Amino acid sequence: MQFGVFTVGDVTPDPTTGRVSTEAERIKAMVAIALKAEEVGLDVFATGEHHNPPFVPSSPTTMLGYIAARTERLLLSTATTLITTNDPVKIAEDYAMLQHLAGGRVDLMMGRGNTGPVYPWFGQDIRNGIALAVENYALLHRLWREDVVDWEGKFRTPLQSFTSTPRPLDGVPPFVWHGSIRSPEIAEQAAYYGDGFFANHIFWPKQHTQRMVGLYRQRFEHYGHGSADQAIVGLGGQVFMRPNSQDAVREFRPYFDNAPVYGHGPSLEDFSRETPLTVGSPQQVIDRTLSFRRYVGDYQRQLFLIDHAGLPLKTVLEQLDILGEQVVPVLRKEFATGRPAHVPDAPTHASLRTAARTTPETEARR
Amino acid sequence: MSERTIAVISAGIGQPSSTRLLADQLAAATRADLEHRGVAARPHPVDLRDHAHDLVNNLLTGFPPAALQPTADAVRGAAGLIAVTPVFNASYSGLFKLFFDVLDDAALVDKPVLIAATGGTARHSLALEHALRPLFAHLRAVVVPTSVFAAPEDWAGATATGPLNARIGRAGRELADQIARREPAAPADPFALTTSFEELLAGE
Repeated sequence: MQFGVFTVGDVTPDPTTGRVSTEAERIKAMVAIALKAEEVGLDVFATGEHHNPPFVPSSPTTMLGYIAARTERLLLSTATTLITTNDPVKIAEDYAMLQHLAGGRVDLMMGRGNTGPVYPWFGQDIRNGIALAVENYALLHRLWREDVVDWEGKFRTPLQSFTSTPRPLDGVPPFVWHGSIRSPEIAEQAAYYGDGFFANHIFWPKQHTQRMVGLYRQRFEHYGHGSADQAIVGLGGQVFMRPNSQDAVREFRPYFDNAPVYGHGPSLEDFSRETPLTVGSPQQVIDRTLSFRRYVGDYQRQLFLIDHAGLPLKTVLEQLDILGEQVVPVLRKEFATGRPAHVPDAPTHASLRTAARTTPETEARR
Repeated sequence: MSERTIAVISAGIGQPSSTRLLADQLAAATRADLEHRGVAARPHPVDLRDHAHDLVNNLLTGFPPAALQPTADAVRGAAGLIAVTPVFNASYSGLFKLFFDVLDDAALVDKPVLIAATGGTARHSLALEHALRPLFAHLRAVVVPTSVFAAPEDWAGATATGPLNARIGRAGRELADQIARREPAAPADPFALTTSFEELLAGE
């Protein structure tokens, strides 16, 4: 099982001091978080992609390429790559290039983006969100698998005898997750291709995640990629820890109360009960995270959100220390216990390369 | 036939509340009329005041808190709806509107709805026609023709056969009529797939 962090890349004032990071500070902080994630033994760093303030990460492959050069082992991912407003040709090229530079340590999570005004800046319309996600990904999927592509669709210029360069490393496309909060069509899309499904999870009650993951698993089996419990599932989580849980609550409360998304709404206590948010001791985070398996089944990737709402970098790095030293080692051991042997790990470049060599026909069909 | 429920929503603030009183009288009239037709119906009272904080939280977070979910489900699954608000500033109250704002778009499609309001003066009575009726038309509910407004003079002069009671009886009859002619239907599942991926790929 893989553990990591995902970041939105928001520039939010620290509500306890009023201090606002500069863009330069926030960008460097995101890099520091990624490097620290590797140092403490986490597996994945995933960055958001946004094209509007107060967010800084508009160019994920630039950032991930830089992190790739400064890490050895960390898997670099996105949360999410905008499959609606990016040209699928550019995604194919950018991430294949990143894959070569990072030695295969790359995968992506596709998302639609939910900010209406962003779409027209890239020549699109949010009302076509699902249709864009479906058509653009169908093209991207071919560009990484066919050397020469003839293509015509609704949303972009037709392609004739087009070859996306560089070709994917070792002829193996990066693994793709499809992220969604509430669209069954996206769970269906992930299942259709046999790709991974990532449930954002963190802003919603567990019943919601359970339904979406259940649908994805059932459709994954329907499309013949394996049994439902072999589908590739990722979950978000949101934590804040101190050795003493009361200290964690006291320190995190002002960040919670003023956070984008849920600030000035439910109490920290209500939101912790209704969503996966866990503010407390490392043991509480361990217990809560282990409970996710009860409603989504054995899964492959757990990402934590730990750096939003204006939390200072120093605090975030302390959170990473706690995750790496006290939480993730226990989670690795506990999640491995009772996990059936036929439940796969999340695909990596190495595992996909091996699979492509042993079953070329199966891969070609996908 | 299985028993149907009628969601009876009051946005009244006071305790006791004349808005709740009117809602209950409308529910009783509807139920009596349905019983007369051999249709069993049970009112499910909802006082929005009890859910005020949860409604704001739902608006801000995008999901109903656990305490609100059974109420939302009850309204979604009801055979009919009685919706009663006090008139504030010539329209429905903010609390009343908030409930329908956080309910999903499809929750009231083809649902029989009886609208009613209370106010400090009869001069507010047309709020029902210029504010409530368009709201429910937008939600594609079936609003019965008679709407009921109760002003202080209606309560003061109320008799068993007075004009308010006659109006309540007529509105209840109209709502019962709409409920009785429909088969009880399961509410729509927002997570259900309504299209195949091949259709999505083909842009259908």
